[in-house]
Amino acid sequence: MKHIYLDNAATTATDLAVAAAVLASMTQAYGNPSSLHYFGQESRRAAALGRRQLADLLGARPEEIFYTSGGSESDNFALKGIAWANRQRGNHIITTEIEHHAVLHTCEWLEKQGFVITYLPVDADGRVSVESVAAAITEETILISVMFANNEVGTIEPIGEIGALAHERGIYFHTDAVQAVGHVPIDVEALHIDLLSLSGHKFYGPKGIGALYVRRGVRIEPFVLGGSQERNLRAGTENVPGIVGLGLAAVKAGEDLKGETARLVNLRDTLIEGVFEKIPDSKLNGVRAGRLPGNVNFSFAGVDGEALLVNLDLSGIAASSGSACAAGSVDPSHVLLALGLTKSLAASSLRLTLGRNNTMADVEAVLEILPSTVARLRRLAQPEKMK
Amino acid sequence: MCAKPKVVVAMSGGVDSSLTAALLVREGYDVIGATMRLSDDSRDFDAAADRGCCSLSAVDDARRVAEIIGIPHYVMNFRDMFQETVIDYFLKEYAGGRTPNPCIACNRYVKFEGLLQRCQEIGAAYVATGHYAKIERDAGNGRYLLKKGVDVLKDQSYALYHLNQKSLQHFLMPLGRYTKVETRQMAEEFNLPVAHKPDSQEICFVPHDDYKAYLEDKVPEALKPGDIVDVHGRVLGRHHGVPLYTIGQRRGLGIAAKTPLYVVDLDMKRSRVIVGENKDVFVQGLLANDLNWITIDELVEPMQVTAKVRYGTKEGAATVTPLPDGSVKVMFEEAQRAVTPGQSVVFYDGDKVIGGGIIVKPLRR
Repeated sequence: MKHIYLDNAATTATDLAVAAAVLASMTQAYGNPSSLHYFGQESRRAAALGRRQLADLLGARPEEIFYTSGGSESDNFALKGIAWANRQRGNHIITTEIEHHAVLHTCEWLEKQGFVITYLPVDADGRVSVESVAAAITEETILISVMFANNEVGTIEPIGEIGALAHERGIYFHTDAVQAVGHVPIDVEALHIDLLSLSGHKFYGPKGIGALYVRRGVRIEPFVLGGSQERNLRAGTENVPGIVGLGLAAVKAGEDLKGETARLVNLRDTLIEGVFEKIPDSKLNGVRAGRLPGNVNFSFAGVDGEALLVNLDLSGIAASSGSACAAGSVDPSHVLLALGLTKSLAASSLRLTLGRNNTMADVEAVLEILPSTVARLRRLAQPEKMK
Repeated sequence: MCAKPKVVVAMSGGVDSSLTAALLVREGYDVIGATMRLSDDSRDFDAAADRGCCSLSAVDDARRVAEIIGIPHYVMNFRDMFQETVIDYFLKEYAGGRTPNPCIACNRYVKFEGLLQRCQEIGAAYVATGHYAKIERDAGNGRYLLKKGVDVLKDQSYALYHLNQKSLQHFLMPLGRYTKVETRQMAEEFNLPVAHKPDSQEICFVPHDDYKAYLEDKVPEALKPGDIVDVHGRVLGRHHGVPLYTIGQRRGLGIAAKTPLYVVDLDMKRSRVIVGENKDVFVQGLLANDLNWITIDELVEPMQVTAKVRYGTKEGAATVTPLPDGSVKVMFEEAQRAVTPGQSVVFYDGDKVIGGGIIVKPLRR
């Protein structure tokens, strides 16, 4: 059976050229960048190139890039690092209800350490209002953290406006841009971003590597102690293969961002319109305009989301819904609940995220299989109760 | 060319459900493995709690078995339903001075309704479990029957009495034909990595099988100390909370007496535990409600049966009589020990399960 991959928000296939570059770095230019000798110098050069390439994608300086193991670590680093280093200046952090769990759980942990967190609500489309951010600011606020684009529903937040506001008030602004980097243009200067989290495997780079952009001058506490790597902020021998791969992924993403965006938007909109046409009682979650180019998220009333996913998987379509628990079953999405969906409708949702691997044939296959599957589940869900 | 239908095997990660999956694959069914997620992931790492049924490591075991026998495997989220129909029920019963059997509630709602529904949604004709029981069709009248498994010591039919004509036709229980010794051997022959895993005996959602600590944590308001009295009302000592005691219990009373004392009754209203001699723990009959019938549609006249009042006891000959309000009176030929409100009474006709219900109260003659 042919499997169609429509879960690019969960992860993407590593680009073949990126994979080749990673392999070459592992087996040929394998020195430790901290070593004095020829091999170390070779690796140091490779890492420096990767760093420049990534910085270019963000409009940042190479020395403002700090490598981590991925988006979750970058989020932990940003929040804990800023909170700890600035705790004499204040103890209040503003974030939103729809952040990724890496941000939310870190905030919850910070609350236990005595910090005060404001979780701003969002509107029915998943957008946070700049006014609500402004209204939440106090004398004690040391950080505002708002995700660039939401992973579940694709809504892109007013980052530039929030950044400008934070800048004006002298408050650090962090954005979890894990879903946005490589998919929408980002200029950390223009958007007044002080810290930014990103993850390689979300834009065809390797898994297990990410970065935190930290603007020069930002006061932040080191996250991993040990050697002096990453300017003493994040110890550990650099993951040079990862850095090289991430750099190449950044270059490829930047190369044809406009063209690829247009291509994905076309696929996405065809899929969205097709679902509306063929499946009654469907609700699109997230904004219609101003959403990530590959993101589609629907709720189908009367359908169990987990059953839908299993059915689709058995038919060769790989999608997702809500968030996975540690065991791998489906939990209802806190994001959909924050958008105001009822628990039942939130549990009836389906997320399809298109990427470089997808074609119109994939969209057509979904529009072929999905409607009848939804219809069958709706019929089965009208029980006369057993007994 | 006859492709056998699709069956979902409920896999707990234990040897019985793993063997069930392997057997059905061998018989040519289109098998899918599913592990139910019933309680919350513990946020804090707890190595001991992670070993029980349906824990994270149990899911891993089920996955490994699925991989070895070559079937797809999914984890299905039944946490809300389990919380409502099993955990909340468990706590409410104990707080009411009764002794519930949560496994029977889980079978009734989560397995025979929730899981069955979910499996039909993914296109399965059958749900299979590793229970030691048999499901057959009566050659004469075509009714579906639930029967004991061949292994007398291992028979689990008692906990399955909520199956009915609608659900029985969708369940498969292949292990009922074998003894435990035979199944362990077969599991080894299949090279299942869980072949030597010990059977899970505890309540799956109670951490470390410490139900007292669990009750203290979840319903502390139900644990009020009170008097331990004898059958004449004489105060003999103090107890720490009625829900911590069970009928027939001897240990933990903290009372020095000439003859051994046993819990005879629990009085939640007056917060009293009543104790007596061993003979006082035996009763001649009971009242039961919330009944389910399998071999018949309903009980219209008294019936001779053998009846079992607890998972671990042997059936005794009895007469079941219907009462106007839908409950039944069950009178035993020989007095039964420790008839406990909240437990189930299950009626048999030889090895066929006739039906069963929940014990409301014992009847003394």
